[in-house]
Parts: sequence; structure tokens; C-alpha cells
Amino acid sequence: MDKDKPLKAVGLMSGGLDSTLAAGLLRAQGVEVIGLNFSTGFCVTDHHRAIGRKDDDRNLRNEALRAGADAGVEVRIIDVADEYIEMVKRPRHGYGHGANPCIDCRIFMLNKAREVADAEGAEVIFTGEVLGQRPMSQHRPALDLIERETGLKGRLLRPLSARRLAPTRAEQEGRLSRDGLLDIKGRSRREQVRLAADLEIDDFPQPSGGCCFLADRNFGQRFHDLVREEDAGGRHVGRDEIMMLKVGRHFRLSPTVKVIVGRNEGENAFLDRYRPGRWRFAAMDVMGPVALAQGDLDETMLQTAASITARYCDTAGPGPSRVGAERYAAGGDLTAPPEETRILEPVAAPEALLVSLRVGG
Amino acid sequence: MSTRKRQDLASRRAAEDLTPHATLDTLGLYCPLPIIRTSERIASMGPREILEVVSDDRVILEDMPAWCLSTGHEYLGYREGAREWRLFVRRN
Repeated sequence: MDKDKPLKAVGLMSGGLDSTLAAGLLRAQGVEVIGLNFSTGFCVTDHHRAIGRKDDDRNLRNEALRAGADAGVEVRIIDVADEYIEMVKRPRHGYGHGANPCIDCRIFMLNKAREVADAEGAEVIFTGEVLGQRPMSQHRPALDLIERETGLKGRLLRPLSARRLAPTRAEQEGRLSRDGLLDIKGRSRREQVRLAADLEIDDFPQPSGGCCFLADRNFGQRFHDLVREEDAGGRHVGRDEIMMLKVGRHFRLSPTVKVIVGRNEGENAFLDRYRPGRWRFAAMDVMGPVALAQGDLDETMLQTAASITARYCDTAGPGPSRVGAERYAAGGDLTAPPEETRILEPVAAPEALLVSLRVGG
Repeated sequence: MSTRKRQDLASRRAAEDLTPHATLDTLGLYCPLPIIRTSERIASMGPREILEVVSDDRVILEDMPAWCLSTGHEYLGYREGAREWRLFVRRN
């Protein structure tokens, strides 16, 4: 590392206040900062964009880009979804209450950050982590474990809590002033709000704690169910399967067959994009949901899927008398006609059966 | 910090006589994918060349100028179509 060159740092930038402040503290010391934002496929806001109606007035901007623009920091968005999904299936350090492998997630992202840092000649790798804050990856033993497993000892800097942690090499060599770093600990956000005012950061998202699908219990149940399907010889759990976990009601008909029923117009349209390679069900004589079935369905399963589809039709009186079932070829585009078409007569699905088949909420 | 600059940029309309060197179709893709594709495409263009990005992601009008401010590319504004926006970015 050339000690005459300005110090360079690469960091994880979610766009939340903490990572924005961490970058701001380094910029204030003249450090050249590159922010990384990893697209994992599990971001709740990204999903709301994909499924939202045109008149949905929630602010769904990308906060990492917003933070980069306001702080004068280059933010690179990197698509890591395929690799990340494989990590989430089998994390070494386990899950939280959903399917959230917070420690493995941190290790994954820091390893990715190190690759970028090495390519960019950046000595420091930083995060917006605060000692003792809520997620399970931010208590002291977890911070130490993450540093050890990533091999970033001496390079990994948490600017908001740095003075409570061992100094990095850049601090020891005097290239980074420890006085310009903070000693925040715990869940109170008072210090961060004060610092934001000092740095003139006034447009930032409030911490919501609900930004990752993996931390959601229902999603977690569906995710674990899907991994069991893969383990049972079912389809490989990839990006499409993960996308469909985010919508609808899910019913497990066998270890390798599942039905997903849309709950509203947005979810129906969303599911319809994934019909290639699957059976698609829809009532023929009343308004109702789109349902997709994955796996090899026998006659009984086709009938059950049709009955589940009929159960969720918008009708006060008798349900639909006919449900259309179409099987689409895998790999086809959305204009391709179905390979096989059936007309099924649904029967009333007992609630107890539905409850027993249901996966997650 | 440049919150005001970002907000002003988001409402910029593109000049009528702008002619792009290349066009990137991101219809049907939602952020962050249009930004990722833009980043990849513009990397293959020459300095000062203009890329036109076609998108129907309703937050693109905020995300694209923010990305430009963050990365140093120049955001030249947008044109509004019937169901899509056309955004113009000059490579730095």
C-alpha cells in the first residue's frame, strides 16, 4: 500500500443513516470512498417496485443511490443474487427467527467488498455497524467473529463505533484520525441524528427493520419449505423460485409439488410472468386469482390445484364450475401458447385441508 | 451534501435536439436492474458519449440522477412517453 497516496476505503452502503454517516465521517477526513450496494433478491423495497401499482405513492427510491448522491460518494450496485441464494440455503452460523443468516450475510458481503477493495487498491473496508445495535450480527462476539472469518483484521473499520474497537492499521499509522471517528454503542439513535445535522444530511429513511424478506417469519417458513423441496429432489431453488416466495398463498401438495395462488391483481400479474415451465390455473366463469403449480402434477393434484384456485375466486354465490389449466413449456417466452390445456371441475376444498397444505401465512 | 442539487436534477427535461449514441431498453425491469444495466452499458461507451435509457420503472426519475451524481456521469434529463420515460446520460 502506497502511504503517500490518499487513503481509499470501500464500504457497504445500504442507504440507511448509519452507513451514510460512516461514509460521511471518512469523507470528512479526506478519504476517497466507494460505496457498495449488493442486490440480493431479498430487498422488500425492490419487490414493492416490481409489484406496485402506478398510483402507489410510497417513496420507493433506491436509498443507496440517494445516499451516494448526497454524500458525494460513488455507489456501485452489484448483482450477487445467484451466489447469495446459495449461501442462504446453508449458512454456517445459522438463522435468526426467519431465514435470516445475518452473520453469514455480513461475511458474504465483506468478502465481496474485499474483492473490490483489493482491485481498487483500497486499504480500508468499512460498514455502518454500531456496537450493540439490534441485528444479531452487531453484538461484540459477532463483530469479532466476522472480522476473524473475513480475514479483515486491521482493515475492517466501523467508523460509528471505532473508538470502542481495536484500531485499524490506517489508524495506527496515523493515516486516519481516531478523533474523527465515533464511540457510539447501543440502540439509541440520538448521536446519529445529531451527527446527521452536523453533516447536513436531512433526507434519509427512518430505520424500519423490515427491509429484508429473510427476516420475515412467513417468508422464512416458505423459504425453508422450498429448500426441503430441493433436498427431496425437486427443482433447483434459484432466483425465480425465490421471487415467487414473496407473493400469494402457498400450498404444498407433495414434497416436490407446490401451488401458489395470487391474492390481488398485482400478485396475479407478477405470477403470470413465471408461467413458463409451470401449470397455470384460472377460473373460467367468474373473476378469480391466477395460480401456478410447480413440479409434476398427477390427476389428483391437478384437481386439488383447481379446487384451491376456485376457493379464492371473488364470488359471493357458488364458486366457479370450471377452472382452466394450462401447461407451459419451460424456457418459452410469455407469448408462447400452452403445450397442454385442460378444463377441470373444482370441488369445494375443505378448510381443514387448505390449512394442512398451507405453507407460511 | 447535495440534497437540493439531486432534487433539482430529478425534474430536468432533456433538450429536444439531444441525439444519443446508443439506446438501452430496460422496459419491464425494476430498480436496481435498470441502473445495473446502465452501468454495464455505459462502461462500454466512449467518453462524453450519450446513452438513452428507456424505462417504465416509476422511480427511475429519482434513481438515475442520483446514480449520475454518485458516479460522476452527467444526467441530461428525461422525455416522457405514453408508458415509458427516456433518460439521457453522458458518460464522464
